[in-house]
Amino acid sequence: MGLASYLKSRLIPAELDSHINRIRKPIGSLGYDPWGYNNEVMKYGFSLTRQIYDKYFRVEATGVEKIPAEGPVLIVPNHSGQLPIDGLLIGYALASREKNPRIPRAMIERFFPTVPYLGNLLNEFGAVLGDPTNCAKMLANGEAVIVFPEGVRGSGKLYRDRYQLKRFGNGFMHLAMKYKAPIVPVGVVGCEETIPAIADIKPLARLLGIPYAPLAMPVVLPAKVHLNFGDPMMFDDLEIPEEQVTERVEQVKAAISELIDTGLSERKRLF
Amino acid sequence: MDEQRRPHILVTGAAGALAQQVIDRLRETCNLVAVDFREQVYLGDDIPSYCIDFNKRSFEDLFRRYKFDGIIHLGRIMSSQLTRMRRYNANVLGTQKLLDLSHKYNIKRMVVLSTFHVYGAVAYNPALIDEEAPLKSAGLSADLIDSVELENLANIYLWRYPDLNITILRPCNIVGPGVRNSISTLLGMERAPVLAGFSPMMQFIHIDDMADAIVLAYNKPQRGIYNVAPEDWVAYQHALKLCGCKRIPIPSIPPILPRLILRTLNLRSFPSYLMHFFKYPVVIDGRAFAREFNFTPKRPLKEIFRFYRENKKPV
Repeated sequence: MGLASYLKSRLIPAELDSHINRIRKPIGSLGYDPWGYNNEVMKYGFSLTRQIYDKYFRVEATGVEKIPAEGPVLIVPNHSGQLPIDGLLIGYALASREKNPRIPRAMIERFFPTVPYLGNLLNEFGAVLGDPTNCAKMLANGEAVIVFPEGVRGSGKLYRDRYQLKRFGNGFMHLAMKYKAPIVPVGVVGCEETIPAIADIKPLARLLGIPYAPLAMPVVLPAKVHLNFGDPMMFDDLEIPEEQVTERVEQVKAAISELIDTGLSERKRLF
Repeated sequence: MDEQRRPHILVTGAAGALAQQVIDRLRETCNLVAVDFREQVYLGDDIPSYCIDFNKRSFEDLFRRYKFDGIIHLGRIMSSQLTRMRRYNANVLGTQKLLDLSHKYNIKRMVVLSTFHVYGAVAYNPALIDEEAPLKSAGLSADLIDSVELENLANIYLWRYPDLNITILRPCNIVGPGVRNSISTLLGMERAPVLAGFSPMMQFIHIDDMADAIVLAYNKPQRGIYNVAPEDWVAYQHALKLCGCKRIPIPSIPPILPRLILRTLNLRSFPSYLMHFFKYPVVIDGRAFAREFNFTPKRPLKEIFRFYRENKKPV
């Protein structure tokens, strides 16, 4: 037995293999889709995330069954924690649910494709460059897409601003309306405490060409994470002025805010 | 009688493997004339073949003599060939001459072969790029400007002279027996360079499928610009593995380093100005062409790669 097949047998038990195969993805003859998702690599990612999800962050997910079993859907959470750990955990929660599992696609920062190894790896796990064209094409394909409308404003915020929602972009609402995709708001509690940052060293970020350079401990703390999924929100696709689109975005933001408050009130301790 | 007249078609770039495939498909039903900028090729007694520069006056004589109905313009000189100036003369000025003459002699159908390179490889490319996307390539490298300009010229004539019935095809990587472009050379090598940490998604179309696509396009006078690509994708390094190539990683950061290394090595198969195509994906959406021309590629990726795996050491 070669090293690759030995590792595979250790990391990917048969039930996991069949679980992922059960979630049918529109992929080509070599297991890839146009955005770089790869079914086989995904299995390793899933196996690794299971450990992180269950053992390290001890995630409690409520309401994940509210995400529709099929068709286009936008999953819209608050963003925090310097690294896209929240996206990973939400993705796992949906991919591992017993009934109707789905492999969602997370929209990632424009910075990631320029990072050697990591950019490709994220693509293979299903993450996609956060471009409106990508999101539109995936919704047209009937995929579940995780969007962080706060973007880097959310993930790069400092510890003192924790659980304060930053400005939301309107792009996701336009796409949801156009593709008649329900929006499932998610409140993520716990990721703010994984990498608490006290400052952002902007000159260093500029020098390295990265969105932000947090002054934080170089470890990811094992905070307990709560994911609260809200009820799907539907919006019609009428031609409306941008002001009204912003109002709709505010509705989603308010729903997320409520879910965060629920998570915070349910939380017994930080770790 | 006029209705008995077989269509007369001028095929440019006749020395290329793709043009010869197209000629093979059309020779039974059409009267063909083959020209190439580089060399004269023998295509049998029934097909006149010329080595001619489009910019020379004698090129017009062909239009007078053969009274073409249509033109299949495959004669784009690739970015890895000749100097930039000679390429510009041949690709851009030559194509303009061809388009002018086509208009002057009332050509009724034109198919122009472009390339997906015109989209340009940048980190922020979305996947499944539509035909409407901007052509970013000109901003990335001066070596790809002639490809973009050739397309722009064809585009101007496409809209200004609707009677020319121009269809522009932008295929993904064309590979297979006889193909001599950069990517085909790489797949055929024993050891192929890669940029460490980057393995962009790529699309490949077999030369036979591409020839079919060109013939299909020629036969249906539907004007416009179309991507041509199968609905199948593979990462570059995975493709090399399937072709039996050993991968030689070139350091990818800081960006100046791979550029320096590639300029120093001056590889024809992996030129520095195409470096970004081996770093960032340019995945095009070929569904519009497939729908409009009822096109389905017949050769799967595995078959394409098997050919390269089994032909590592040419006899």
